[in-house]
Amino acid sequence: MEILGQIAALLERGEDQEVRSLTQSAMDQSLPALKILEEGLLAGMQVVGDRFRAHDIFLPEVLLAARAMSAGVEVLKPHLGKTDLHSRGKVVIGTVQGDLHDIGKNLVGIMLSGAGFEVIDLGKNVSAEEFVDTARESGADVIGMSALLTTTMPAMKQVISLLRERGLDSSVRTMVGGAPVTREYASEMGADGYGFDAANAVECVRELVG
Amino acid sequence: MRRVVGILPASIVPSEEAVLGAMGVPPGSEQGERVDGLVADALDELRRAACPRGVVTNVTTDEFARIYEGESDNDTPSPLAEIFPRAEELVLFAATLGAPLSERIAALFADGSLALATMLDAAASEAAELAGVHLDGLVLEGARLGGQANQFTRALRYSPGYCGWNLTGQRALFAALGPEEIGVHLTDNCLMEPLKSISGVIVLGPREIHEFTDDYSFCSACPTHDCRRRIKELTQTRP
Repeated sequence: MEILGQIAALLERGEDQEVRSLTQSAMDQSLPALKILEEGLLAGMQVVGDRFRAHDIFLPEVLLAARAMSAGVEVLKPHLGKTDLHSRGKVVIGTVQGDLHDIGKNLVGIMLSGAGFEVIDLGKNVSAEEFVDTARESGADVIGMSALLTTTMPAMKQVISLLRERGLDSSVRTMVGGAPVTREYASEMGADGYGFDAANAVECVRELVG
Repeated sequence: MRRVVGILPASIVPSEEAVLGAMGVPPGSEQGERVDGLVADALDELRRAACPRGVVTNVTTDEFARIYEGESDNDTPSPLAEIFPRAEELVLFAATLGAPLSERIAALFADGSLALATMLDAAASEAAELAGVHLDGLVLEGARLGGQANQFTRALRYSPGYCGWNLTGQRALFAALGPEEIGVHLTDNCLMEPLKSISGVIVLGPREIHEFTDDYSFCSACPTHDCRRRIKELTQTRP
């Protein structure tokens, strides 16, 4: 489908208005919404993610591509089934209790959404109970936690401990990240995954979801 | 002497290159019109929402020794512990871009304007750094006029949370400086609110006292090694 390739290419260039318009054209041609999503929008975001990981493009271009993706998704949304849009898994994300930095967490959310995951963003200053309760109630696959302060990193361990206490650690995996968090620290606290940046976090979730 | 300082918003607006640099874009990299437009929009937002202010106060070496000691959880050795006893002057500082800017960033995220919100956040971080540079200049100029510094004196800032000065040091710093007057508050976890705020000590002294190597125990975990650039800039500055 030529038009799907065009949508993917426009998305890669961050051309949101054109993506919106061409997505509508594809719908007008009676192409299935799910096909447009997967072979147009998500295919384009896959290329963007790959190029970002390869340092071929940088964050601003990823943000523009994500904006273009949103523009296309808005057109498709009424025509997609509930699970079509986020068929790749569900991730609860948030900045841990006591920490108010959320830019890194927001970037992870943008990247995960662009990769086809459903993201439940709890925001910042999120308690262990809120992480675990939300994951249980929503049937999430992964909890992703962010911290930017050395003083708030221990809150990540509280979430992991609470998951264990409630017997949810086998069904809900955990991923941690943030400037002061290292792979060693993640491993020490018992996290299942460590995302050293937003692009790597997507890879990490893919692995955890399997 | 303690003083509250108004800072002109125009003096803290970063260059496009600096904003892109904060987002990981290498210098000189062509980003295209769309990215340029996004940066321009973010800088417009910054100009509209930023209300930069600062506060500075001089402290003696003994006073600073107690502030630096804080809750006794700094890394040892650390560069600042070796540098501050040799300083000509020590000035505690805090600066903020104000709550409205943080609220604007949060509002943009909340309404789904993720690209602009992220770009504005990066621009604001650079602007906060420029507010610090502004205070450096002000303090240095004041010290020269007052005869406490000469043409060879340089200023370098250190902040809790960096270079071995534990983040809990914010508590003693805030107690001595009182940045609440400019609207900056400390949370239980030593986080400053509004988020786009900075604090620490400006160390005045000859270039030589500021030079150190980045081989302290905590340097390996530092993602930026920004001290290299800051020291290099000092040594490149002519009297």
